[in-house]
Amino acid sequence: MKHFFKMLSQSFKMAIKSIAGNRLRAFLTMLGIIIGVMALVILVSLVNGATGTVTDTISSLATDTISVTISDDKGDPITLDTLDEWMEEDGIGLLAPIGETSVTAKYDATSTTVEVYGTTPAYESINELSLLLGRFIKSSDVDNHTTVCVINEATATALVGYTDCLGEELSLDGMKFTIVGVLEDDDDSLTSVVSSSSYSIYIPYTTLLRLSSTVSAEITSFTVSAAEDSDMSTAETAITALLLARFEEDEDAFEVSTQDVMEDTMSSITSVLALLLGGIAAICGIGIMNIMLVTVTERTREIGIRKAIGAGRGVILQQFLLESIVLCMLGCAIGVFLSWAILKVVAVVVSSLSMTFEMNVPVVLIAVGFCFFIGIVFGLYPANKAAKMAPIDALHYDG
Amino acid sequence: MIDLIDISRVYQIGSEKVYALNKANLHIDQGEFVSIIGPSGSGKSTLMNIIGCLDMADSGTYLLDDVPIEDYTENELAAIRNQKIGFVFQSFNLINKLTAEENVELPLIYQGVAKAERRRRVQEALERVDLAQRAKHLPNELSGGQQQRVAIARAIATHPSLILGDEPTGNLDSKTTGEIMKIFHELHRQGNTIVLITHDDDIARQASRIVHIRDGKLSEVKI
Repeated sequence: MKHFFKMLSQSFKMAIKSIAGNRLRAFLTMLGIIIGVMALVILVSLVNGATGTVTDTISSLATDTISVTISDDKGDPITLDTLDEWMEEDGIGLLAPIGETSVTAKYDATSTTVEVYGTTPAYESINELSLLLGRFIKSSDVDNHTTVCVINEATATALVGYTDCLGEELSLDGMKFTIVGVLEDDDDSLTSVVSSSSYSIYIPYTTLLRLSSTVSAEITSFTVSAAEDSDMSTAETAITALLLARFEEDEDAFEVSTQDVMEDTMSSITSVLALLLGGIAAICGIGIMNIMLVTVTERTREIGIRKAIGAGRGVILQQFLLESIVLCMLGCAIGVFLSWAILKVVAVVVSSLSMTFEMNVPVVLIAVGFCFFIGIVFGLYPANKAAKMAPIDALHYDG
Repeated sequence: MIDLIDISRVYQIGSEKVYALNKANLHIDQGEFVSIIGPSGSGKSTLMNIIGCLDMADSGTYLLDDVPIEDYTENELAAIRNQKIGFVFQSFNLINKLTAEENVELPLIYQGVAKAERRRRVQEALERVDLAQRAKHLPNELSGGQQQRVAIARAIATHPSLILGDEPTGNLDSKTTGEIMKIFHELHRQGNTIVLITHDDDIARQASRIVHIRDGKLSEVKI
């Protein structure tokens, strides 16, 4: 036993010496490990941080809305009156149409492209918008096709130059609109996460019909909220039943989507990413495998010399095992440290997005374990092959 | 100490069987200085590898100190190479990344010799080949003759009973050859058994006994 430990410490010293004596080779081997560990740790942490934030955002929207899009109205289009009727149905709270168009908005000499949404007063409470100044669209605006608009903070700042701009006049594709309300920008809102353009203007649905040629009185998209004494799934069932009854029981004529659907999408995105990471891990594994196989095979002659002067197979394997372990330890340590450093930098750079990128300990352990496994197996395999050769064959081995 | 009885070693080259050794017999006593001479391809390296336990015969018996080699396990053979045999190869076979003294120290490490004792024996071996001042040099910083002297130091550091030289002067000029041979003679005087393989008559004649090898067969040459 004492001899064994003496031998072990000798082998360890020999492993260190051998690594120090072949710095380039050691560096190349470690590079594979470093990149492997970094790829896994950084990507998983980034993905976790990003999806975590997006999922949080989607959940925090918590507006309990159902979106409906109609693709085929079977000659019986939904109008504002239909929506008013449906608001009386059991389980359903409010309904608001959404018509959308892109226009050039002008104020004095400033102009920019904005999204204009045509809707009704219900939209405000369904989407839980909060007003900074003024008011939202009123029923009378919808009835009278008034040219008023409610703009968000970002639009106000960009176009008018200041937020306190009630009563100012904007021109949307040449039509004059009076600003009656300014909406507070919510940094966590879905639009700010998924769309880069956060300029939006709301006008009465009926007024949008005059502004845009593509939007008609036939509503193809609207949002629904659940009744106060009801829940989302009840509302979803109720609206689906109404739509089926209206569209000849054709499920393909419309689409009802809820927040759950978005969460499903997120989880499918996550699983795609997991697959991607698996791919990266496999490639890095092959890289480590290759360099280990090549460098150890290259040393067959050295193994032959060592055997000729009296090293047994066990001693040789011990040395190569320790060499692999030392290389893996160094590589993993550097890889984990660099990952940590890069994540810190990323966290600082994207701190404005309020995303958290933290090193994921289980992932670090998996990455390190994976690299050790590959490194040791493919360091030992060729060493064992060489150590099993007759010494004279190993001595005369030349590639 | 060495007894080869009807040793054969066959190589399969394509469909043809080539006998590197064909029922070879050889007896070497303790303390002898034997040279084995023959043209290239006569099987002398194969003979050397079998005597040195680097290779195994296909048939026949090899008794080393009266024990048949087949009785040993692989690890025991490694221990025999380590303790009983010192090799000196034509191509030196030093480990390039280790310094002269580290190369000499290696067999002592495998033997499990304590550090202080290792130091002493490495020093002693390097002094015997007159290379103590080059202890910290890497093999590629040394001349061919110096590298071979390191290899000899490595072979004698473990105090083996048998020193095997496989054309140890084959890659060296005549002046260096003289120096190396002087070391072998000295080792012989100190009581070591030496077996030298060569194709050079001048070197072979320096031994007390010459064995001729041709086509895998051995025959004694009277001096």
